[in-house]
Amino acid sequence: MTEANTKKKHKISLAPIPYFWTAEQVHDYYERMAESQVDTFYLGEVICSKRKALRLADWLAIGKMLANHGKEVVLSTLALVEAASELSVLNKICANGEFLVEAGDLSAVEALSRVGVEFVVGSSINVYNHDSWQHLKKLGMKRWVLPIEHSQQDIHDFGDLSGCETELMVWGRLPLAYSARCYTARTHNLAKDDCGFICDRYPDGLKLATQESDEFLVLNGIQTQSAKQYNLLASVPDQSVDIYRITPQISHSEAVVSLLRKRLDGQWSASQVNESLIKLFPEMEMSNGYWFKQPGMVQHNAHAC
Amino acid sequence: MELVCPAGNLPALKAAVNAGADAVYIGFQNATNARHFAGLNFTNTQIETGVAYAHERGCKVFIAVNTYPYSKQMPQWHSAVDAAADLGVDALILADMGVMAYAHKKHPDLNLHLSVQGSATTHQAVNFYAQSFGIKRAVIPRVLSVKQVAHLVKHSEVPIEVFGFGSLCVMVEGRCFLSSYATGLGPNNFGACSPASHVKWEQKDGHLATRLNDVLIDQVPDGESVGYPTICKGRYCVNNQTGYAIEEPTSLNTLAILPELKRLGVAAIKVEGRQRSPAYVKQVAAIMRAAIDQCERAGDDYQVKPQWQADLAELSEGQQTTLGAYYRKWQ
Repeated sequence: MTEANTKKKHKISLAPIPYFWTAEQVHDYYERMAESQVDTFYLGEVICSKRKALRLADWLAIGKMLANHGKEVVLSTLALVEAASELSVLNKICANGEFLVEAGDLSAVEALSRVGVEFVVGSSINVYNHDSWQHLKKLGMKRWVLPIEHSQQDIHDFGDLSGCETELMVWGRLPLAYSARCYTARTHNLAKDDCGFICDRYPDGLKLATQESDEFLVLNGIQTQSAKQYNLLASVPDQSVDIYRITPQISHSEAVVSLLRKRLDGQWSASQVNESLIKLFPEMEMSNGYWFKQPGMVQHNAHAC
Repeated sequence: MELVCPAGNLPALKAAVNAGADAVYIGFQNATNARHFAGLNFTNTQIETGVAYAHERGCKVFIAVNTYPYSKQMPQWHSAVDAAADLGVDALILADMGVMAYAHKKHPDLNLHLSVQGSATTHQAVNFYAQSFGIKRAVIPRVLSVKQVAHLVKHSEVPIEVFGFGSLCVMVEGRCFLSSYATGLGPNNFGACSPASHVKWEQKDGHLATRLNDVLIDQVPDGESVGYPTICKGRYCVNNQTGYAIEEPTSLNTLAILPELKRLGVAAIKVEGRQRSPAYVKQVAAIMRAAIDQCERAGDDYQVKPQWQADLAELSEGQQTTLGAYYRKWQ
C-alpha cells in the first residue's frame, strides 16, 4: 500500500431505501441520518415505480436538506425500467441539473452521456472488466458501484482504476434479481396492477424459507434479495475502494454507520466490529462469500481477526 | 418475422435448418457462452461444417459469446470473437461492453447482435448499444408486456428480436444472481444457471429432494416427478404457505400473440433451448415455422391450431405454457 493510499479518506455512503416505507418513515429516517457520519446519500425509488409515497419533488427536497447538512447527494434511477412513463421519470431525474445521478441501467447512462454530465454507474450495470469500465469512463462515469459478485481479487485484477471512484457495498441484503412480476403481490394472490401496495407491510422485505425452514431469500416487490446480510465490515478497508456503501434498513442504520466509521479509521479490530454486530443483530445470519470468490451465501472466516 | 432456433450440437443445427429456421444460434465449447454445459456446443471444425450446411440451405448462423469476462479472461473472449469472424458466421451475439468494443473495432464488418444477457429493456438502452458499438439487432429480456415491447420497437434504432418459445427466465436476464449466490457460478460469470456440478438428487424418507449446493429447492413424495433445481422454480415457504413463490415450472409460448408481435414490428422470434435434444429442436422449429408462415399469409385470419398447442405443451417444462410478462396479468 502506498503512502497516498494509507492517507486516503474512506467515505461512507447510504444506498437508496430498497423497501416501501411510508413518507413519514422516509422523512424520519433521513432527518436522523443527516446527523450521522454518512458522507454520501443516494436517494429515490429504485425498485418499483408504483410506489409513490414520495414524488421526485419530495426527493429533491430531502436532497436539499441533506446538502444543507454538508452531505453529498446523488439521485438514483430504477434498476428495471419497463414502461414509457418510467423512462420519462428517469429522463427527468437525469436532467435535474442539481444533483449527481446514479444510473440503475443503461437507459440512464444513455440519457446522462447524451447531455454530457458526469454520472455514477450503479451495481446493477455489468462492469466485469477494464474495457467495459474504460468505455463508461469515457462517457462520463465518475464513480462506479461494484457489481455484487466481484471478489476482492477480481477488483485488484482490474488494474488501474484511477480517475474514477470505486464504491463497494459492505452491508445489506444482496440485490440478487429483478423481475416483471411482483412476488410480494403474488404471495397475497394479487396481480401487480392491483397490488394494493401490499409491500408496505414488509418494511424489511418478506422472508422466503426453504421447506427445511432455512431462510434463503427475501422478496421485495419485483426484487429478490438474499436473506442473509452481506457483511464486509470486518474485511475492509481495501486499497481499491474509495466509498463504502450501507443499505438502509428499518433499524440500526446509525449504529452500523458508526461501526463502519470506527473500522475504516482503524480504531476497531475486525473482531470488535463483529462482536458489536452480533449484539445488534442477534438473530441475523450473515455472509461475505463473494468478496472471497465463493458463493455469495457463504460465510468465509479466514479474514476474521 | 425471422425464426431463430437454438442448436447445442451439429445434429440439432441440421434439425433446425431442415425444419425451416431462418437462423440458428450456437456457441463455443467454453464459458464464453450462456449455455456452458458439459457435452454441449461446437468445436471450430463442427462450426465450419454447420455454417456450410446452413448456408447451402439459405439459413444464417449466429454465435453467442454472451457471458461477462473478468479482465484477465479477456484474451479468451477476444479469441472467440476472432474465431467467429474467421468462421464466416452471420452475426455475433454479445453481452459485455468490453467484448463489444473489441469486436466493433477489430471486425467492423461483422454483424453484432445484443444478447438478452445485455439487459436492455428500453429503447434508450438499445440505442446506447447501437451508438456505442454499432449493434445491428437486440434481443430483449422476457420482462416486457406487449404494449411495452411495441413502444421499444417503435423507438429503437435497430431491429428487435424477442423470445417466442422455451424455458422461461422470470428474472431480467444478465442481472440474475440467484444461481451465483448459491453456487458461485451463474449466467454472467460462468454461462450456466444451477450448474450440474452443484445439483444433488436425494431419495430419503419417502421423498425425492433436489438440492443446489445443499439448499433444498424442492421435494416431492416418491413416485412424483420433480423439476431441475432452478432456484426461481423451486417450492418455498412464505408467510406460512408452501408453494411456487416465484414461478412454476413452465415454458414461454407466444403462438397466441404472433400476429400482434408481427404487427408491432418485431423482426425475429427466438426459440430458447441450446441444451435441448435435436428431436426437441426439430419439433419446436417445425411448429414455430408453420405458425409464423400462417401468420405472414393469413394476417388477421391467423388461428392457432390446437395441435400446435398440444405438441408444444408436451415439450414444455411441467407440460404447461404461459405468455409470461407479455401478458400483463401474469406480472
